[in-house]
Amino acid sequence: MSDINTISPHLKKRRRAEWLFRAYGLAAIIFCFLAVAVLFTSIISKGYTAFRQTHITLPVNFDASIIDPDGTKNVDTLMAADYQQLVKKALLDKLQIKPEDKPTRKRAMDLLSHSADTELRDLIIANPAIIGKTQDVSLTASDNVDAVLKGTIDRTVPEADRQISDQQLAWIDQFSKDGKITKDFNTKLFTAGASSQPETAGLWVAILGSFYMMLTVILIAVPLGIAAAIYLEEFAPKNRITDFIEVNVNNLAAVPSIVFGLLGLAIFINGFGLPRSASLVGGLVLSLMTLPTIIIATRAALGSIPPSIKEAALGVGASKMQMIFHHALPLAVPGILTGTIIGLVRALGETAPLLMIGMVAFIVDPPKSILEPATALPIQIYMWATSAERGFSERTGAATIVLLLFSFVMNAGAIYLRRKFERRW
Amino acid sequence: MDQKLANSMPRILAHDVNIYYGEKHAIKNLSVEIPDRAVSAFIGPSGCGKSTFLRSINRMNDTIASCRMTGEVLLDGKSIYAPDVDVVQLRSHVGMVFQKPNPFPKSIFENVAYGPRIHGLAKNKTDLEEMVVNSLKKASLFEEVKDRLNASGTGLSGGQQQRLCIARAIAVNPEVILMDEPCSALDPIATARIEELIDELKQNYCIIIVTHSMQQAARVSQRTAFFHLGTLVEYGETNDIFTSPKDKRTQDYITGRFG
Amino acid sequence: MQSSHVFIVLLVLAIAAFVVGRVRVLQLRNAGQSVHSLPFYHGMYFAICTSLLPILVLGLWMVASHYTINSWVTSALPQDILAQSQGDRSLSISMIDSLAEKSNMLSASEIATLRAGGDAATTILTQHNIGLSQNPEAFVIDAALHKTALVQSAAWIISALCLMLAMLGFYYAWRKQSEDLRTRNIVEELFRYVLMAASSIAILTTAGIVLSVLSESIAFFKSVPIASFLFGTVWDPRFSAAGAEASAGQFGLLPLLWGTFFITIVALAVAIPVGLTAAIYMSEYASSKMRGFTKPALEVLAGIPTIVYGFFALTTFGPFLQSAGAKAGLDISPNSVLSAGFVMGVMIIPFVSSLSDDILSAVPNSLREGSYGLGATQSETIKKVVLPAALPGIVGACLLAVSRAVGETMIVVLAAGIAANLTANPFKPVTTITVKIVSQLTGDLEFNSPQTLVAFALGLTLFVFTLGLNVLALHIVRKYREQYE
Repeated sequence: MSDINTISPHLKKRRRAEWLFRAYGLAAIIFCFLAVAVLFTSIISKGYTAFRQTHITLPVNFDASIIDPDGTKNVDTLMAADYQQLVKKALLDKLQIKPEDKPTRKRAMDLLSHSADTELRDLIIANPAIIGKTQDVSLTASDNVDAVLKGTIDRTVPEADRQISDQQLAWIDQFSKDGKITKDFNTKLFTAGASSQPETAGLWVAILGSFYMMLTVILIAVPLGIAAAIYLEEFAPKNRITDFIEVNVNNLAAVPSIVFGLLGLAIFINGFGLPRSASLVGGLVLSLMTLPTIIIATRAALGSIPPSIKEAALGVGASKMQMIFHHALPLAVPGILTGTIIGLVRALGETAPLLMIGMVAFIVDPPKSILEPATALPIQIYMWATSAERGFSERTGAATIVLLLFSFVMNAGAIYLRRKFERRW
Repeated sequence: MDQKLANSMPRILAHDVNIYYGEKHAIKNLSVEIPDRAVSAFIGPSGCGKSTFLRSINRMNDTIASCRMTGEVLLDGKSIYAPDVDVVQLRSHVGMVFQKPNPFPKSIFENVAYGPRIHGLAKNKTDLEEMVVNSLKKASLFEEVKDRLNASGTGLSGGQQQRLCIARAIAVNPEVILMDEPCSALDPIATARIEELIDELKQNYCIIIVTHSMQQAARVSQRTAFFHLGTLVEYGETNDIFTSPKDKRTQDYITGRFG
Repeated sequence: MQSSHVFIVLLVLAIAAFVVGRVRVLQLRNAGQSVHSLPFYHGMYFAICTSLLPILVLGLWMVASHYTINSWVTSALPQDILAQSQGDRSLSISMIDSLAEKSNMLSASEIATLRAGGDAATTILTQHNIGLSQNPEAFVIDAALHKTALVQSAAWIISALCLMLAMLGFYYAWRKQSEDLRTRNIVEELFRYVLMAASSIAILTTAGIVLSVLSESIAFFKSVPIASFLFGTVWDPRFSAAGAEASAGQFGLLPLLWGTFFITIVALAVAIPVGLTAAIYMSEYASSKMRGFTKPALEVLAGIPTIVYGFFALTTFGPFLQSAGAKAGLDISPNSVLSAGFVMGVMIIPFVSSLSDDILSAVPNSLREGSYGLGATQSETIKKVVLPAALPGIVGACLLAVSRAVGETMIVVLAAGIAANLTANPFKPVTTITVKIVSQLTGDLEFNSPQTLVAFALGLTLFVFTLGLNVLALHIVRKYREQYE
């Protein structure tokens, strides 16, 4: 005879199996947390340095005979002046290098970014009054100098294997001793377009392109998706065509995104003759891709509205349209918003279809309209990730951080809006 | 009594109505005359078709895709299924109150104002406010909510919610009010208030009420129709039905043998 | 007039018509008439009558104009040009297009200079920023001017037509309007058609995918036999630059197919065990507090763009595996199957776990209680009762995960190999279908060469394959849901 207090030896084994099973589950969850942690630390540690950029401060003599020999202060003259010469003079004077010593001169010039002359030009255009004066100007340092100061270039490596010479290192040390080297917030990262030099490359064109595309998706996919969902949920008769549409919507939600890119290439670019690389085309492709997500979310939201509310509206003599637009749709707003923003975040990070329609392009000037060539944030990440220069590696990380920040802001917005619109019934 | 009701012209006249849900034959060859300014009760066991027939009087069945119907329903002598009838207009003449109180998740004011608004009944804001207040008064809810017309309709108690739904229905000036078991979700005290209200409203409206409770039918109605398995078994003066039913099925039901 | 301007004009007209319709019916109502529909609907009726037809005409024209005008221009070209090879002809046509784009800015004398040719013509081209590599021949100039003229006159005709239709529509609405006109019913009926049209976009998209991918694939199969594509074991498309002689390449699908599946298998080997056990823990064991912070963590994983995973695999995980392998004496390539597959697996975990979570919570509690009632432990209940009951749904979820892995692009573009190897060694790189679609379509390739068209054949393969998986998986999941509803 056994009573409930006797523990059979068999039970011990079963208890252990139970414990083990739980442990597996917990391990899986810990694995997920680890994955999140590793991913984020890896990306942040790679990218955070790019938000600061090294500058070298030099006393520059804005020599009127070089910039504006006639003294007209005409903008065209100012734009065309040889600012490179100003940079050169300032640097050589500071480091006391003879202009005839060509190799040393070149090495010294390599300390500064190629954009140093345009920086001077922009200063003059903004304030022509400084012509003829000498002023301390903070100029963008070259990629290699930046790397030395951020510790990415190892000083202990033999000179021959290093991208920066001992002499250049000595100069850098001299500059830092004088307090002439500063690390400032990297505004160029957010204001510049594409560049072959990492230190002058920025995300502005990509951010603008992504913004235009999101706008297109919001203007096209959201109304179309909601309209389609209303029809399917409230009007469509139960027949084969409706079934077919449903299968289509569900399948499209799972079609690989690259296939949408092929569609965009064949139809929008080759068929309708829309310009390659334009954010309009990207937006259209992303709209088609996002549409199923919005349709499915809106249908679910409409479907979860209690039928009693719908009947109440019909009962007082509202037409079906009035019932939907006055009652059902406003109540479905939280669900629709959530689905839409999930779709938008996915569209924001989508890369493959944009590769197909030629958004991989070297674009320096920000697009003025949705018909002009642009890139997108994820495309910029792709392009920088596949570039060889060291400076692009940290910028890829930075671009990734920016992209993730945008998606988090959008997600947070979704949560806020959902809370705000949430109603009980 | 019978004589008096028969003399007044019937408000609603159904002739040879058949309703099908897909394969199911829910209402069989039903013909009935429903008088104005009186309460008619539909009683019968669950699934006997009384709600289905009620919903065919304001064409709420149109919203169910699988539902078909034949026969005629006349409102004031005009067929409500005629092709030129606008179902939305019809529902402003035949209001409905549902089983579960279903106020819109909006303010009390908006709940009542919605109907007049979509039918364009009010010329201006004061007009609309007057209509809302009048309807709430007729539904004897005004005194309880007059200080919080902007509070949510869903915050009221169950009985108040149902009276709000009645106010909402009468705000569009219907001639007929259909009530589908309006008290089944309410407690006895709230039920008593609604029944009182129904009694007052019958002076101005033709009211049809579907109910599970025979006592309620006996209390509020002048006429009673007994439904069984999709057919109208017996229809007549409420007193007669409850005291001397002609059909055996009616007798079995009111004496509690089934249902 | 540009189409966008016409569109704006039509919108303004529609708004004006709305106001007129509304005011007119308000007058009727104030005169004591009983009006069927609300003034809003009368306004809408006017706006729709005025603008619907012209907007449709305009939309159709915007879709068709590029193709129509190009075919008119092409058909007017001299015979000897039309007889040229396809490559030369498309070169001429692109020259015509770039010239036509800017021909508005050229004066008559400049065009004459252009005709004369020489350095003066080249100067004009650079002055107006016209991207031609050589001075245009006479027929190119003619065709470009012809095209410009066509575009302009077509724009005027369409604008005039739209305005006329708008006027007629407004007149129609004016005549029709009365207090009895059921404008609400008309407007709502029309709107229902708009909704219906919106829902047909889903079908149109699928049709667009199938037609576009299929037609380009057929063009590809004209130069490469279908059998040598499907059963070829060598992938060597050879590079063909624009204008160069087309060199024959080998387009064997099998190495790509194998690479795709190899990486998918590794990814699923990570995603399914982890995702499924995580889902089981979450739905059966976890307290609501734990769910409260675990779910967001998984959602974070799900919300990370795949390019970010690709970047991680490329710069962190691949090199890490390589150095770890070197310590263990293994030769692991930095873009090995293992690294791409593992990272892809991590990406798919939230997908598997959220689908499985839904499916497990659809299993009715009565089944669990039945098992507890017999004295089973929780894990026994899950293993013997819940999982078998949920099996069909879980299989469906896994199939969807396979479809996701097969179609994933950015991780493999960055982290998998370029060379098409037929290898079973997970430490070696392989390449996938999606990688090759990207590499065949990026860069300056001639569009009609087999090297480019093969991307569409690959796309078709991918689409057909994932379509099959999706339809099957969605069917299984749907059947499963219905079982417990």
